[in-house]
This record gives sequence, C-alpha cells and structure tokens, in this order.
Amino acid sequence: MGDLKNIETTFPGEIHEAPGGGIVLSKLDDIINWARSNSLWPLTFATSCCGIEMMAVASAKYDFSRFGFEVARATPRQADVIIIAGTIVNKMAPVLKRLYDQMADPKYVIAMGACAISGGPFFYNTYSVVKGADHVIPVDVYIAGCPPRPEALLHALMTLQQKIKAGLTREQIRSSD
Amino acid sequence: MTTEELKIKLSELLSVATYEEGGEWLTLNIEPKDWLALAKQLRNDEQLFFNYLFCVTCVDWKTHLSMIYHFTSTKHRHTVVVKSKLDRNNPEIETVSHFWRTADFHEREVYEMFGVKFLNHPDLRLLILPDGWEGKNPMRKDFEDPVNMIRL
Repeated sequence: MGDLKNIETTFPGEIHEAPGGGIVLSKLDDIINWARSNSLWPLTFATSCCGIEMMAVASAKYDFSRFGFEVARATPRQADVIIIAGTIVNKMAPVLKRLYDQMADPKYVIAMGACAISGGPFFYNTYSVVKGADHVIPVDVYIAGCPPRPEALLHALMTLQQKIKAGLTREQIRSSD
Repeated sequence: MTTEELKIKLSELLSVATYEEGGEWLTLNIEPKDWLALAKQLRNDEQLFFNYLFCVTCVDWKTHLSMIYHFTSTKHRHTVVVKSKLDRNNPEIETVSHFWRTADFHEREVYEMFGVKFLNHPDLRLLILPDGWEGKNPMRKDFEDPVNMIRL
C-alpha cells in the first residue's frame, strides 16, 4: 500500500482499492500534462554570462537532468523549452524569434536574469539592447538575478513544471476556452 | 628595447612627436599627417619591428576625437601606444590596414561607431551595425536615438 500512496502524490489521479490490487482513475489531459512536465528538453541558447550559470545547472553539481530537463538540444526542432540566458540585442531579436518559431508545440520560455527580463544594466543609454525578451516572444517564467544562482534556475524550472501540471500555461488556457 | 631606448629611437624618426608620462607603456602623440610615414617605420624598422597591432580604438572627448593604436613586437617584446587628435567635424586619418591586416576590421568598427574616415582604406563600410546606420555614430557622446534609447 505504501507504493500506492507514493503514486498518489506524484501522479495525477485517484486510487480506488479493489480486491487483488487497485485502479487508478485520471483524466487524459492531466496525464499528458504530467508527462510533458517531466520531459522538458531545453535549447542550447545563451547570449551572455547567464549562459555560464545555465551550463553549471546542466553539469554534474546541479544537474537539471534530475528534474526531467534531460539534455540540452542544439536544434529548436527537438527542444521543448528555451531558456533566454543573457542580453538580447536588436540584431539578435529576429534570430530569437526564428528559433522560437521553429520549436515544435508545446513550447515554453524562461527569461533568465535581469537582461532577459528588462534589459537589466543596459536599460538606460543604449541604442542596441532589447528592453526585455518578452518584447520578442512570450515568456512563461521569469527569474530575477544578475546572473541568478543555479538554484534559482532550478526553482524556475520546477515552477514551469508546476505551471504545466496545473494547466496554466498560455497555450493551455487558450485551448481550454 | 627599454622605454628610454624606444623614446630616443622614435625621437630620431619623428622629432615633432610629444610624449606622455606615467603610463604603463611609452605613449606618443602625433599629427594625423605624420601617421603614414611613422606607421611604415614602426612596422618595417628592424630595431622597432612592431609586427602586432593589438588594439585600435577611438575616444570622443566632445571637443575632438582621439585615435589610439597599441603596438607590440613579438620579436623584441616592447610595446608602444600612438595617439592622434582628430577634428571632430571632419575626422580623417590614413589607414594602416596595408601594414597590419587586422586594422582592416578595427578601422571599420571605428568608422561605424565614431565616423572616422580612414583614407585609402580598401573596404570602408559598416562592420557590425545593420544596414541603415550609415552616418549615425552610436559611440559619439552626443548620439541620440529616441526610438531605441531611454535616457537616464
């Protein structure tokens, strides 16, 4: 019975005990969201120092594979989530848009650090920096910091998972209407 | 050569140059019109042999522009800095891309950022800035861009 309890906390559904075992009842939407949230492969995309922190999170010490961000893909066709790790300049903006457009649905965006949120230290007196990546593509989760700690990125990744499981991402809300 | 020896040697080559004290490297100020002849000597003279141009940049002082070149010699292991004041309204200086190939791109960057015209440059056009930025020089102190810039 202990095993079944464990399933109840991690798997979306109700357990109905029956002679010789049990039956799990669930909704297909919930199971799909559960599956998707536990396999989110990020895109290899970093434009400045936040990228170094992102690489640290991918490496053995922090290791986002533990949470289902298995491996960074070098092509948008195979990626589920894009972590905007760094400054987006006006010349980079169309490239970012194109990468996002090339990703297959469902796709998610994390804005990592001050530059990706608002332009950060480059908000004032610069001609070349986009003041927030959400001017270019929609963002699901924002992480404060310059750069954020690896733990903060892990927290953002888990926040994204919770958002997907709860059905609260932009696309999920739109499709449920 | 030591800094003192370099100074004596360069004074022989160009007597009108003035020197700055207190820097890490020997720094000389020259007139733009003397630049081509001096650059040729810096590159080709056996004792000087400055074969590596490791930095080309420009500073906008509001009253004038200042070109700054850093040279070093991989053979003699000595370094020199050359500075030249330019007229802010019509900045022109001879290119050195024929002596140091790296100057080609560096001068193109200074051209787009500060609007300095490099005479006899083989391919003087924008390097990093996208099309449509000709004539606008974002690193000038008085540069304004009401669309992209938020002034503090």
